[in-house]
Amino acid sequence: MNMFLETLIGGLLAGTMYSLVAIGFVLIYKASGVFNYAQGSMLLFAALTFVSLTDQGVPVLVALVITIVVLALMAVGIERLILRPLVNRGPMTLFMATLGLAYIVEGTAQGLMGSQVKALDLGIEDLPIFLGDIMISQFDLTAAAVALILVVALSLLFNKTRLGVALRGVADDTSAALSIGIDINRIWQIVWTIAGLVGLVAGLLWGARQGVQFSLSLVVLKALPVLIIGGFTSITGAIIGGLVVGAAESLGETYIGPFLGGGITPWFAYALALAFLFIRPAGLFGEQKIERV
Amino acid sequence: MTTPSPPALEVRNISLAFKGVKAISDLSFEVAPREICALIGPNGAGKSSLLNILNGVYVPNSGEIIFEGEHFHRMQPLEAARRGIGRGFQNNALFSGMSVADNVIAGLSRHARATLLEEALLLPRARAETRRFRERAHEVLGLFNLEHHAETIVATLPYGVQKKVELARAIVAAPRLLLLDEPLAGMNAAEKQEIADIIATLNRELKLTIVLIEHDIGIVLKLAHHVVVLDYGRKLADGAPDGIRDNPEVIAAYLGGDKVEIAA
Amino acid sequence: MSEIELRLTGGIGEGVSTRKLTGIAVAALVVSLPFLATEYWINAIIVPFLILSLAGVGLNLLTGYAGQLSLGAGAFMMVGAYATFAFQLRLPELPLPFALIASGIVAGAVGFAFGFPSTRIKGFYLIVSTLAAQFFFEWLFLKFPWFYNGDPSATISLPAGLWAFGIDLNSPHGRYYLTLASVALLTWLSYNLVRSQTGRNWMAIRDMDTAAAVIGVPILRAKLQAFAVSSFILGIAGALWAFGYLGSASVQSFGLTRSYQILFIIIIGGMGTIRGAYLGAAFVSLLPLALDWLFQQLLGGHADAGLLQNIQKVIFGILILWFLIKEPEGLARLLRRQSGNFNTRRFPRLKIRRQT
Repeated sequence: MNMFLETLIGGLLAGTMYSLVAIGFVLIYKASGVFNYAQGSMLLFAALTFVSLTDQGVPVLVALVITIVVLALMAVGIERLILRPLVNRGPMTLFMATLGLAYIVEGTAQGLMGSQVKALDLGIEDLPIFLGDIMISQFDLTAAAVALILVVALSLLFNKTRLGVALRGVADDTSAALSIGIDINRIWQIVWTIAGLVGLVAGLLWGARQGVQFSLSLVVLKALPVLIIGGFTSITGAIIGGLVVGAAESLGETYIGPFLGGGITPWFAYALALAFLFIRPAGLFGEQKIERV
Repeated sequence: MTTPSPPALEVRNISLAFKGVKAISDLSFEVAPREICALIGPNGAGKSSLLNILNGVYVPNSGEIIFEGEHFHRMQPLEAARRGIGRGFQNNALFSGMSVADNVIAGLSRHARATLLEEALLLPRARAETRRFRERAHEVLGLFNLEHHAETIVATLPYGVQKKVELARAIVAAPRLLLLDEPLAGMNAAEKQEIADIIATLNRELKLTIVLIEHDIGIVLKLAHHVVVLDYGRKLADGAPDGIRDNPEVIAAYLGGDKVEIAA
Repeated sequence: MSEIELRLTGGIGEGVSTRKLTGIAVAALVVSLPFLATEYWINAIIVPFLILSLAGVGLNLLTGYAGQLSLGAGAFMMVGAYATFAFQLRLPELPLPFALIASGIVAGAVGFAFGFPSTRIKGFYLIVSTLAAQFFFEWLFLKFPWFYNGDPSATISLPAGLWAFGIDLNSPHGRYYLTLASVALLTWLSYNLVRSQTGRNWMAIRDMDTAAAVIGVPILRAKLQAFAVSSFILGIAGALWAFGYLGSASVQSFGLTRSYQILFIIIIGGMGTIRGAYLGAAFVSLLPLALDWLFQQLLGGHADAGLLQNIQKVIFGILILWFLIKEPEGLARLLRRQSGNFNTRRFPRLKIRRQT
């Protein structure tokens, strides 16, 4: 029983990281209808920028500010050069465009800042702590707390500020938002910047764990099942989806993996997501679309 | 009094809601064989939703559809097509990347028998079928004087021509019931007259039962044998065009200021 | 009929006979190519180009014609390669061409299975299913030694080399003709299919699936057919890639990068066109060579390989975006515009409607 609980809690905590990545997707999907395949590359780019700066001896706070400015500039560039020309094109075209964007961001990040693994120390202790008999990673706990703070901050932003109201307006009804004078291009730039910041936080936490390196960009592949399970349009969904995937992967590897020769983590989440698609195509918290013809 | 023939289509107590918002409430009416039945009513009255239910695109929350004596709680789109329910859409729903002829031939899919392998290897049955379909498509395009456009990509054609292509696609498989959603929308007076004439001809010559949605009351009252008036998902009136024209409730709720125009 | 012919060739004053002559000339060139090109060109450029073209044709049937996005092209190629290996190893009596067809059928069945979710979900949601295939088969073929016959480096290569009906195909010429014959035959079949009722069903689903269902297109069947046929072709392309080009292959030969590459081929070449796959494959094969050459000239051979790879990545990314924004119909359309022939009869535009 303890082993089960330990596996479950470890999985849930790891899942908060998935949630963190998935939130970046949801923000962009809600505001611009794009499934941003480049989110993983943006995460890599953000973390790599920060680490490269601190490696050069730039103080942490200054490095953070510079990284944020760079992310904002990137968001403006993406909106101007990609989103605006592709407005009114199908979701598949937009998706493929973000695949192209991912290549550009990855190539640029690694071309400028190198492709070797960079160590990142955030000063978080990684000693296990014990709750009774159950061992929990302190690092995972910290990461989960950061994810929680970020979610609270985002929901305050969405619900309590004028910007948030405008954002939700665009997400709910783009043409109506346009007609009351909301500057949608501006909104897109802001949302992509925020998604970049969420990516930065996730990238730093993840990078502190396993080093800042190319494999960080592959988290996009982890986020997809999370979004299918939670729904593409709900932040709550992204969080729950992340927890479900984290727990399922952990439990699956421990209890099902041995029967299949182990190492099933790369596809287990996908199998779960496919099962979900058959039961509930819109995800747990997603909205079912009505087709008008 | 002659014994009335059973209706071609009966809509019985149909209700439909989207996310709790009622689109159609407890709607019932009958369509007699070979008649043109017009659905009229303001935007949002539930007219298109009803056609979508008849085609199986939407699933009603309750009620049933009786088509040629068979009862359905819901239609499947493919099932509806197999049973001979044809459909034209409100905003052109043509296959924009395909030629006019291919769009029309696509409407014959339910008659296709050649297997994938026969098609890939160009075996005789596949070739004969292709030839037959092409001939049939050209025959139907001839009805609309569209033969010279056969090989043009539909997206490059003007809107009015596209509407005709859609009508051709809807009738190419010889349906027994034809559902048309605003077939005259966005056309000038001459084009409207042309399409209205074609619809009347299809009804007369091919003995097609037609249910159509149209906003041009003048044409509706001339074209239709039977008019059903909807408002906020409810049936307001149901009867012959003459009766509808004089129904005070309809005038108040829907025709309103247009009355003068109708009289003209 | 004559009117159509006139319109097809109209404007540039070509007669049908000229077209036939061109066709014969191209065929003659293609057949005699091994005697014109160096061994390096055949081995390192022409053979992989042909195989990538075939893979592009396969993916184009699914994504360009039927509108079903797939990031699993590599997975279906992998299945074809490993199936061919298994047939040749465990059923050596089966001649290579039949083993290839059988492997195509295995890959087609796998594609059929992973296509099932497409009956419930649309658009980019479908990448979940195709990515699942990608990760699952990478795991499967690495996890169980049966699939690679316990080879210590987990690679596969044909035990007896390339032989068909007693003819040795291991030479560069042999590989070329084996590849050419397979690619030509499968391209012909694909060309017939996209012009058949099945092809019309696919394009109808791509352009407007709701309308397609309502006018009687069997959506479910057509989608699954697209998955099966596409995977059949990708499977054979994978087998050719492994044994006709690489010689020996592993799971890494068909990773996610391969899936992206095949998708890029059809985006750049032109979605929903057969010849677009060839143009895209040519572009993807030649661009790295051109870049290499350019950097040699500019930097005198000091270019760092890693840097070069990153620059290549950025250029591919920019090209993808450029084509999606400026020329969604790819090189196929660009070329037609150049030749002044605007007829779009056989190469329709991929326009995926945005839901409102």
